[in-house]
Amino acid sequence: MSWTEDQPIVSLKDVHKSFGEVKVLRGVSMDIKKGEVICIIGPSGSGKSTLIRCINALNDIQAGSITVEGIEVNDDKLDKLALRKKVGMVFQQYNLFPHRTVLQNVMMAPIKVLGQNKAEVEQRARDLIRKVRLEGKEDAYPGELSGGQQQRVAIARSLAMSPDVMLFDEVTAALDPETVKEVLNTIKDLAAEGMTCILVTHEMGFAREIADCVYFTDRGVIVESGPPATFFDQATDPRTREFLSQVL
Amino acid sequence: MAWTQSQTPPVKGHLPVLLPLRSMPQALPLQDRLFNVWTASILVLALAAALITPAFAQTDAPGRSAVAILLEWTPTLAKGFGFNVLISIFSMAIGTVLGVGLGILQISPIRPVRQLAWVVTQFFRNSPWLVLLFYCILLIPFQIEIFGTKIPFPGWVKAVIGLSLPVMAYMSEYMRGAILSIPTGQWESAESLGFSRSQTLRDIILPQTVKRVLPSWMNLYAVLTMATPLVSIVGVNDVMALTRAALSAEGRVDLLIPMYLYILCWFFLYCYPISAWTRRLERKYSVNL
Repeated sequence: MSWTEDQPIVSLKDVHKSFGEVKVLRGVSMDIKKGEVICIIGPSGSGKSTLIRCINALNDIQAGSITVEGIEVNDDKLDKLALRKKVGMVFQQYNLFPHRTVLQNVMMAPIKVLGQNKAEVEQRARDLIRKVRLEGKEDAYPGELSGGQQQRVAIARSLAMSPDVMLFDEVTAALDPETVKEVLNTIKDLAAEGMTCILVTHEMGFAREIADCVYFTDRGVIVESGPPATFFDQATDPRTREFLSQVL
Repeated sequence: MAWTQSQTPPVKGHLPVLLPLRSMPQALPLQDRLFNVWTASILVLALAAALITPAFAQTDAPGRSAVAILLEWTPTLAKGFGFNVLISIFSMAIGTVLGVGLGILQISPIRPVRQLAWVVTQFFRNSPWLVLLFYCILLIPFQIEIFGTKIPFPGWVKAVIGLSLPVMAYMSEYMRGAILSIPTGQWESAESLGFSRSQTLRDIILPQTVKRVLPSWMNLYAVLTMATPLVSIVGVNDVMALTRAALSAEGRVDLLIPMYLYILCWFFLYCYPISAWTRRLERKYSVNL
């Protein structure tokens, strides 16, 4: 547990994961330093989403090692709460709690899970809602908001737990083209503040603009990775080039 | 008030789209709703009158009229009916609490627990209510002694327990269905926020099941109320038992049909508003496509 800030905040070593007979991850390794923004791209079914769900222990892995700030995720005795305090996650389908207002959605986890003081949490929650530019919507229910607004609430809800790493699982895939931008801007703000972000995304322009490193996955392995400038313009692997030629 | 596809005005610039077919209009106008309630009630009362009238005709004036006798017995029968309502409320309360618990156990991550809850649910859901009632009457002692305190179990308490068992089983199935109908994303986002399983159930999943279960729950209550006359068979003095007693006291064959019809009307007047309200809730909570 002797993690220091100069070591990778998230580290994956030869991770294998299969659902029954289907091998989804076949030896994935990556190191992510604190404050880095990582984009994982690749064709559907290549294991991108599974990969980041494994970091959060939403999926278990069969072999290999994942550490987050020195916590071994692939451990039967894993303290899941300790892990989830460090890792926040935002989903494609927002998954807000529909029976609670925006403010309650953001406040719920710190109060119920961490047992923090309600007044302090409310103050922080209001700040976070302002940060994702949704002031005035505190008392609205998720059903009354647009997809982009809901997704920003989901980001604020996750940030309320003060995580060190944020996982974004295709967070703009279910949104209208116009609302994609507002969510991406929120993520951009976060990245600018030094939050470690791991994104699975299909927004190539965004990946190019914001990422420190882009990973291309196909059939359960990382085919190629590199800083966006070299990755997008000088990809070497034919599979990467084929994929990029289709999406760019 | 038939609502058909052809009535939707074609919108310029839009392709014709097959709209989802709705069996009911989204909201009936108020007067239509009232009309339904009143028509139904009037129909039943008319039927009752029609059946009672021949009874008058048959009586070649052997004393009082059927109506007079019905009115005379009304306070006694009302007491009996109140008892039925009381039994239904207690059975519903006990059955609901046990059923919610059992339903949650049915989705337990521990396999033996889940299986046991499933077996219990299926057993009581597929047993005749009357047989369950007999079992409770026969199996439960008339009193239980705990630390020198004698807790009596009169027949009606046993009947309440007997009726609460099928309610529990139905409720358990409703809960299981409702919990499973909540999108898995809710569990996942709660998990990723650090909620434990029990916290997720209590704070996130169960509150969302209330709306989904409510119509079925109310329907179950109406069915249960209509089943309460069963307790008269096992010796509880409910409205049916009192009706029988009244009939034998009067000793008049021509009273049989009006008297039982009278009781039917009471049940109808009590249960119909519940089922009408249930249908309204179902419409309100139905998914708007």
